Amino acid sequence: MKVEMTINGKDVSYDVEPRTLLVHYLRDYAELTGTNIGCDTSSCGACTVHLEGEAVKSCTILAVQVDGGEITTIEGLADGEKLHPMQQAFHECHALQCGYCTPGMIMAAVSLVDEIPNPTEANIREGLEGNLCRCTGYHNIVQAVLQAASAKSET
Amino acid sequence: MIPAAFDYVRAESAEHALELLGEHGDDAKLLAGGHSLIPLMKFRLSVPSIVVDIGRLDDLSYVRDDGDHLAIGALTRHRNIETSSLIVDQAPLLVAATAKVGDPQVRHRGTIGGSITHGDPASDIPAALIALRATMIVDGVHGQREVPADNFFLGFLETDVGSQDLLTEIRVPKVANAGWSFQKFNRRAQDWAIVGVAVHLDGEECGVGLVNMDSRPVRAEAVESAVAGGAGLREAGELAAEGLEPPSDLNASSTYRQHLARVLTTRALEEATSERLM
Repeated sequence: MKVEMTINGKDVSYDVEPRTLLVHYLRDYAELTGTNIGCDTSSCGACTVHLEGEAVKSCTILAVQVDGGEITTIEGLADGEKLHPMQQAFHECHALQCGYCTPGMIMAAVSLVDEIPNPTEANIREGLEGNLCRCTGYHNIVQAVLQAASAKSET
Repeated sequence: MIPAAFDYVRAESAEHALELLGEHGDDAKLLAGGHSLIPLMKFRLSVPSIVVDIGRLDDLSYVRDDGDHLAIGALTRHRNIETSSLIVDQAPLLVAATAKVGDPQVRHRGTIGGSITHGDPASDIPAALIALRATMIVDGVHGQREVPADNFFLGFLETDVGSQDLLTEIRVPKVANAGWSFQKFNRRAQDWAIVGVAVHLDGEECGVGLVNMDSRPVRAEAVESAVAGGAGLREAGELAAEGLEPPSDLNASSTYRQHLARVLTTRALEEATSERLM
């Protein structure tokens, strides 16, 4: 069946089976492979994208549920060459080791700061409970989110 | 992992959804937020031939003050419950339990109706609904019925919502000034409860719901009667596992679960009491 959505501001439409998961729609049809598949069981958060501005796990949503909706993936965060402040903070704080969890971690972090504009370290650790970093690089990830949040609240 | 193939129909209204269920019987499954059903379908533990998507029935997503109780639409998402000032003020225990469901991404999508209809014995929200003596409104082919929380959860992944039924509303008594506590014991933040306890305490009126202590969420009646009879909190908490033979699994033996129920219930009673005095 035909499923249409807006991904990173661009309207797309593909003919997919109803059982197609959003993450496969994004990776295999829209060819946006920045969104990773980790556990595939809605535990690890590697596949986190924004649906109508909120972080969701794209491995646990059918593409057809999003028909007509608006998705932002990691590819849609930067403004041209200019990184999104959260991406910039991850870069500056070296908030990644192998990098596999990073796209999902950044999407979850952006959503978290939207909901809690001035998060404490505890807010961040709790708010990122749905994202696993198997390198256990949480320390710098939390620092990056703190930096991005304070940069955002100053502007 | 992808689910087995199925036909997809989007329900235009609650009536339409019921019509579709009537037409397709046991072959059909209702899809709300999908955060219980889709994982089951990916594991092929659920293989419906028709999925009826009720996720866009916005008229079933609401929180309303209905006098002595709050009326919560079955399709209200966890996030909307967590941030509803009405529920935060009038039934904070439900907010506390909801905040323990999954993680923020899951709570952005999952709905209260989907979660409780799934009937997982380790799920968080049923503990609060039992403690608060909530009532579920179920629409079926033979009309509407009111189901108290005690009669709603029937067994492992089984509730009173049959294959021809649609849960439409959850009614939670308004208990603004009551004491409450939600205690969930698990190994990692987003895990299911190894044991979970919800306590609602308002004078002698006491409600205690336990999860993962049986094949379904249950009421700790012995604790409630003890509190109503004026027993000390520790003495009452010691009765939490009475009559229950919880399952043993990788996380905990049955005996350890009984121990946890006693410890967590005592802790919950103490916290509920201290909050009330604040």
